Amino acid sequence: MFSTSLTWNDVLFLLQGAWTTLLLTFLAMLIGTLLGLACGLGRALWPRLTWPLAALLDVFRSVPLLIQFVLLNSLKSIIALDWSAFTVACIVLGCYVTAYCTEIVRSGVLAVPQTTRRAARSLGMSFSQDVVHIVLPMAARVAFPGWINLTLAVMKDTSLVLWIGIVELLRASQTIVTRLQEPLFVLMLAGLIYYGMSLVVARAGAWTEKRWQEND
Amino acid sequence: MADFDYTFYWRAAFESLPEMLDGAWVTVQIAVLSMGLGTLLAVFLTLGAQSDRWMLRAPATLWVSVARNTPALFQVYMLYFGLGTFGLHLGSWLALVAGITFNNAGYLAETFRGGLKAIPATQLRAARSLGMSAPQAYRLIVLPQLLRVVFYPLTNQFVWAVLMTSLGVVVGLTSDLAGVTQALNVRTFRTFEFFAIAAALYFLLAKFVGVMTRVIAWRLFRY
Repeated sequence: MFSTSLTWNDVLFLLQGAWTTLLLTFLAMLIGTLLGLACGLGRALWPRLTWPLAALLDVFRSVPLLIQFVLLNSLKSIIALDWSAFTVACIVLGCYVTAYCTEIVRSGVLAVPQTTRRAARSLGMSFSQDVVHIVLPMAARVAFPGWINLTLAVMKDTSLVLWIGIVELLRASQTIVTRLQEPLFVLMLAGLIYYGMSLVVARAGAWTEKRWQEND
Repeated sequence: MADFDYTFYWRAAFESLPEMLDGAWVTVQIAVLSMGLGTLLAVFLTLGAQSDRWMLRAPATLWVSVARNTPALFQVYMLYFGLGTFGLHLGSWLALVAGITFNNAGYLAETFRGGLKAIPATQLRAARSLGMSAPQAYRLIVLPQLLRVVFYPLTNQFVWAVLMTSLGVVVGLTSDLAGVTQALNVRTFRTFEFFAIAAALYFLLAKFVGVMTRVIAWRLFRY
């Protein structure tokens, strides 16, 4: 018969970790989406002018996230900034999301046909009106699935912050494992929570996508 | 502004460069191994997920969805700590390779599924009606076209695999690039210097993979 010494408090501890995971994901996506929107628009509209930006953002995509966390964490200590590990995690994840979001936004904007934009301009819209009323709404529909995928990826990547000492879902499960010595069961529980959270985000994304198409 | 009283010691870090390059070589080995095995498994998973028998379909579907919906680090943990319940104690190297392979296979299976969709079913039927056997049709008609479709995602996954190898350090691997760096860090506490060099090496590795795949794509797909 299956028995476990897992208590209700341990489950609460896990859920607290899951909350940290969600919070990190939310903040990273918030920072990354805002910056990524600006950078992506810049990349699509002025590709020549913004190539240094592309080179910079490429670094965030080509260096393991784990190394990025350690680097910023030690840099923070070196220049004696009074940042918490959580702040460091948010900044690193924010840059990471920015790098990917820029590409998503860029390809979304480039997917808007030139003819549509010329039509908007010839109807008398200014450049900024064209961007706000024509390009962005159309690009958003193209970019949305990629953005949801990015959210899912980031939610999973937040597990790496355990290396700089933040107790998120995976680290919380580790803490419980150390005490209970039931690694398989506790890890499976953590995995189920990750799976559930991913499922909810994916479903919400699919639903939004469908709703959007109906109204077009 | 906080006062800045830290002296960088780049020389000590650069002196350990040979050690770190050895680590980078191990990283490449792990990435290549896990990609090779992962691609092989992904083919079986793709076929399994399309099978009519639920005995094949259910495990394949479960594998793909678990690989895609849980963190890679969780998968490595599961193999490193979780299997201990069955009395199976994998070393950190094996747990890392198996974990990344599991992850790669799940993602690649999805890639292959999408790639197969992109090849019209009429192609296969045309090949069959020209008198080709089923294996011939797959080998000569479907596979070459599939390779073109999945090549770019495949190389992307390879870069991912290289970056994912850095997870080994979390389960105590000391031979790959991240592991060597961490070992040096523990010995000297020159965290920033060592990890900056490691970051540069990872960056170069990723760029190198990018250039190589472009060369290979040019060799394979030019007309």
